Amino acid sequence: MADARKPAAPGFETLAVHAGASPDPATGARSTPIYQTTAYVFDDVDHAASLFNLQTYGYLYSRLTNPTVSVLEERVAALEGGRGAICVASGHAAQVLAFFTFMEPGDHFVAANKLYGGSITQFGRSFKKFGWEATLVDPDEPENFRRAITPRTKAIFVESLANPSGVVVDLERVARIAHDAGLLFIVDNTMASPYLCRPFEWGADLIVHSTTKFLSGHGNAMGGAVIDSGKVDWAKNPKFKSLTEPEPAYHGLRFYETFGDLAFTVHGHAVGLRDLGATMAPVNAFLTITGIETLALRMERHVANALAVARYLERHPAVAWVSHAGLASSPYHGLAKKYLPKGTGPVFTFGLKDGYDAGVKLVEGVNLFSHLANVGDTRSLILHPASTTHRQLTAEQQAAAGAGPEVVRLSIGIESVADLIADLDQALASAGH
Amino acid sequence: MNHDAYSDDYLRGILRRVRTIAIVGASENWNRPSYFAMKYLQTKGYRVIPVNPGASVPEILREKVYKSLAEIPDAIDMVDIFRRSEEAAAIVDAAIAKGAKVVWMQIGVRDDAAARKAEAAGLEVVMNRCPKIEYSRLCGELGWSGVNTGIISAKRRRL
Repeated sequence: MADARKPAAPGFETLAVHAGASPDPATGARSTPIYQTTAYVFDDVDHAASLFNLQTYGYLYSRLTNPTVSVLEERVAALEGGRGAICVASGHAAQVLAFFTFMEPGDHFVAANKLYGGSITQFGRSFKKFGWEATLVDPDEPENFRRAITPRTKAIFVESLANPSGVVVDLERVARIAHDAGLLFIVDNTMASPYLCRPFEWGADLIVHSTTKFLSGHGNAMGGAVIDSGKVDWAKNPKFKSLTEPEPAYHGLRFYETFGDLAFTVHGHAVGLRDLGATMAPVNAFLTITGIETLALRMERHVANALAVARYLERHPAVAWVSHAGLASSPYHGLAKKYLPKGTGPVFTFGLKDGYDAGVKLVEGVNLFSHLANVGDTRSLILHPASTTHRQLTAEQQAAAGAGPEVVRLSIGIESVADLIADLDQALASAGH
Repeated sequence: MNHDAYSDDYLRGILRRVRTIAIVGASENWNRPSYFAMKYLQTKGYRVIPVNPGASVPEILREKVYKSLAEIPDAIDMVDIFRRSEEAAAIVDAAIAKGAKVVWMQIGVRDDAAARKAEAAGLEVVMNRCPKIEYSRLCGELGWSGVNTGIISAKRRRL
């Protein structure tokens, strides 16, 4: 009899290069081909019926699935340790699709108030048009989440490492609060990446990503992903009907009964992408697959460079404070050691003593840092949130999100660190005048 | 035999060896999971024989429906159990009597005592798995739906 023992799981770096990407079945091409096609022929009418009925696996129409995109989906799912993934057009689309799966008009979720500014706007404004209500609370006190739960609450949402303020959330405690109340715990792991933080190991049910950032890594491909842990018992909780009740558009098929722990992933394509249509382009999937192969190598350098720049800034006379959880001065240093043992992310903020005007002068005075609204690029990036990404928020919201007038955000790249420090040094010197 | 985790080689070996599968609990209703599994396994070249004493049709997917395993005139390599765990023991006894080489219990179906009995009689046993999902996982098709198959290989995929 064959040995029935389970072999050791491959390491992170092996998964980053290989998961999902065996040689192309049709041609043997070793690099994943870009399947630039909208549709796929049926063998015959019965094959077409099987595909439309979800009775067999196969490609039908690229709004739902595409061979290049599915390689990336399996890669991302493997790196997070999940059961499956749905890749979509952007990180914002990932959030819409994740909530769309289980939210109904009138439903509610609780989210941390320390989030990417675009998420705060999306939750507070556009989600309202679907009838979805969000309450934002300070994640520094996990009990705040419990206090905000209502009878219509279905989920708790946090960023593992918040953008831009470098806040680390106590994932294990918030997961317990969510599960005590029968809610889903959703973690945006974009800023940390699966190399630095493992949300499923701390109790997350779903993970969302903007793959545009560190996963892609090169600032050249938009994308998002929703990863399912495969551990949610959808039948146990009557709140999550969409996966347990008959789906009329598939002739009364019940996703959870039919697909078991694959239900969320299948539903995300067969219903979510079918109706929301926020499909990832195959070429963006290809670029992200290529980028993700070097995730571990890049993150090591990003983290080392960022810590060196943070230490330099902490000693600089024009700098009021540095919010980087890798510094002993950070209130999040203890949580970072637990949840981000390989180092905190390359994205962090610092405050200038001379406030808003000094921030504007600094972003205009740097030469090597790119002044733009993105993070997670090989290139070092600089941003003054109050005048850009967070300008649509009120002063109170800006402060709550860690994006007050004096705040500057850096996303440290993988250049020579001495060059990064020299660039900041000259720009800070001129910003002081 | 550890029935909490099966190696890929163990499952692949079973799926490569068997040719004729009896599905106990096969449904005539096209949107039931057992119908999905039967149809998929047929497209992969298996002969699948439905067993369902309550069926109201003579055939499912062009195969005659039998009321019990004992009634099937042909030899059976594998019995796939689409019934509740409480019914598994009696079906395992019938599978042993029928001369099947493998007993496979679907997701959510598990009976460790029945499994030990089957193994003592020389049968291979898989519990709490779906042969459709495992076949598609091992040959790579499951990844087409964005599922993490757990297969890492620089060779072209086949079952």
